Amino acid sequence: MKEIRIHGRGGQGSVTAAELLAGAAFEDGQFSQAFPAFGVERRGAPVQAFTRISDAPIRLRSQIYEPDYIIVQDPTLLEVVDIDSGAKDDGIILINSDFAPEDFDLDTNARIMTVNATKVALDIIGRPIVNTVLLGAFAGATGEVRASSIVNAVKGRFSGKIGEKNAEAVQKAYDLMAEDK
Amino acid sequence: MTVIRTLDKDKMDVAEGSYAVAHAVKVCRPNVISAYPITPQTHIVEDLSQFMADGKIPNCEYITVESEFSALSALVGSAAAGARCYSATTSQGLELMHEVLFNVSGMRLPIVMTIANRAVSAPINIWNDQQDSISQRDTGWIQMYAEDLQEISDMTAQAYKVAEDKDVMMPAMTCMDGFILSHVYEPVVLLEQDLVDEYLPAYEPEYSLDPKNPLTFGAFADPTVYTEFRYLQQQAMDNALPKIEEAANEFYEIFGRYYGGLIDEYETEDADIILMAMGSLVGTIRDVVDKLRAKGVKVGLLKVRTFRPFPAEAIKNVIKDAKVVVALDKNISLGLNEGSLFTETKASLYNTKVDVPIVGRMIGHGGRDIPEKTIEDIVEEAKGIISSGINTESKYADLKEELL
Amino acid sequence: MSIQLGGVCQPGTTRVNKTGGWRTFRPVFDYDKCIKCKLCELLCPDMAVLPMDDGFFEFDYDYCKGCGICANECPTEAIDMVLEEK
Repeated sequence: MKEIRIHGRGGQGSVTAAELLAGAAFEDGQFSQAFPAFGVERRGAPVQAFTRISDAPIRLRSQIYEPDYIIVQDPTLLEVVDIDSGAKDDGIILINSDFAPEDFDLDTNARIMTVNATKVALDIIGRPIVNTVLLGAFAGATGEVRASSIVNAVKGRFSGKIGEKNAEAVQKAYDLMAEDK
Repeated sequence: MTVIRTLDKDKMDVAEGSYAVAHAVKVCRPNVISAYPITPQTHIVEDLSQFMADGKIPNCEYITVESEFSALSALVGSAAAGARCYSATTSQGLELMHEVLFNVSGMRLPIVMTIANRAVSAPINIWNDQQDSISQRDTGWIQMYAEDLQEISDMTAQAYKVAEDKDVMMPAMTCMDGFILSHVYEPVVLLEQDLVDEYLPAYEPEYSLDPKNPLTFGAFADPTVYTEFRYLQQQAMDNALPKIEEAANEFYEIFGRYYGGLIDEYETEDADIILMAMGSLVGTIRDVVDKLRAKGVKVGLLKVRTFRPFPAEAIKNVIKDAKVVVALDKNISLGLNEGSLFTETKASLYNTKVDVPIVGRMIGHGGRDIPEKTIEDIVEEAKGIISSGINTESKYADLKEELL
Repeated sequence: MSIQLGGVCQPGTTRVNKTGGWRTFRPVFDYDKCIKCKLCELLCPDMAVLPMDDGFFEFDYDYCKGCGICANECPTEAIDMVLEEK
């Protein structure tokens, strides 16, 4: 089983990202589970969402303490949240940033990867909404889900032009990370 | 029959728990829905309202109200008029319904209501435990607790089947852990309309309010007859025990899924240690049982699926040969320091030949997360009970001493 | 008699219970004083004041409990409360 924790701020679509990732993994033929860190949601407040992906049906209902992958939607969260908490030595922390991985000084052995998701979102979608972009980057960086499944999940949620643009952004981020991998 | 969860991935969608429930309600063809939104039940009624607005629930009225008390009261009248009725609530909303809960069961109205289990105030807390529905255990409602999204969906249809049975005619609560199940996304088969129609026939009330043929409902009962009303309600609950099993079996025949009726067992056959639990915690315990079994620990799980009527016989048969039983409770009876699953299991063993040590551990109150480690520690402690007897009969398993 | 499901029963069962037997004082009309104002009919809590074809009223002694509200409220004192002979 692979466990993913997504850090974001209220309104950035972290919970939606976790749900779309679960949908994409299921389309890939895996079992999945997505849930928010049940809190009192407020726009701008730090929030977390979780996804589990497994070959077998998932029965575990606890929160995720030692994630295989951590996705950070907003690098300013590093100042207020212990985003590397429980990160595995062989895990990956994927941060939305225009800095390079070595610019981040985190107390972890996990591999840090960065993607300028905000730029991709602004270039393609025209708005700084990074949740779907980061899913494409996640697929490229980890190979845990197919890019096409992320695209399908995104199109299933957002129809018309918005869906098309999000799908394009997903593919762009996937390609960027797949080169890095 | 062992538990059968056919995994037909082609039929599954990744959906939210609340949506799966709302969909299940829709295909049960309710005639009247009335509910008042309250976290974490809100998504259920939002989805139902959307279905209504889209015209997807034919022959149905959604009555908006100003409180949970009114929601259930509106359904009392609707059910008396012969409607198949549905509501959903949680926590303070359910406690506000308390008085009406007795009216519904006393008038023998087979209303089905989903409870998105949540802690009760004060202090105010919107997260999961089961204090809300357990506190309503004496109101004459059938209570069933689901482990995952498939089960809470399927349980909705089963609840109508049992509640509307002529030998039962009692209301039913289907309970899902708030947030943990109501807000989770996972693969689930959304109930198929044609199969539900085959499983659940239209509700045919024995009596119904009709101005052309007036009848009195909810009349006065003086001391010469009141006792007999209560006796008949208990008799209906007794009748519900086999009917719940039948409803589960019939469901299996049509849908191919089976979770047990009253209870479910996991690795209990040769178990020295049996953990008892209700709701979503059961899934986590299954994982812990597998881990510990791999290390040679003889531990098993008894899932209590139906809490009212209380399946004392079924429970006794499972735990009679264990060396220790631990009942886990997401509720507490203040002043007794016990959770209800523990109290009632313990009580049902007294005056019998079954002599198994049993302890209660309260856990996961107010949304406190239950990691596998907490369960593993409970099993470790249970091993000590086998060798040196009971030290503490009932206590919190996840208390933070440092805050006291 | 056995209890029906949920205590559902036929309506109008209070008709069987002729509450007039509780009465100590019975109201009696003096039709010479009555001005047909209908106050007694309106105010009777037991619907025991019944209109007649000529516009006057009569008491339904099967259900009149003798509360005296009609006599108390009558603007022309046309109703006397007379001790029942039992």
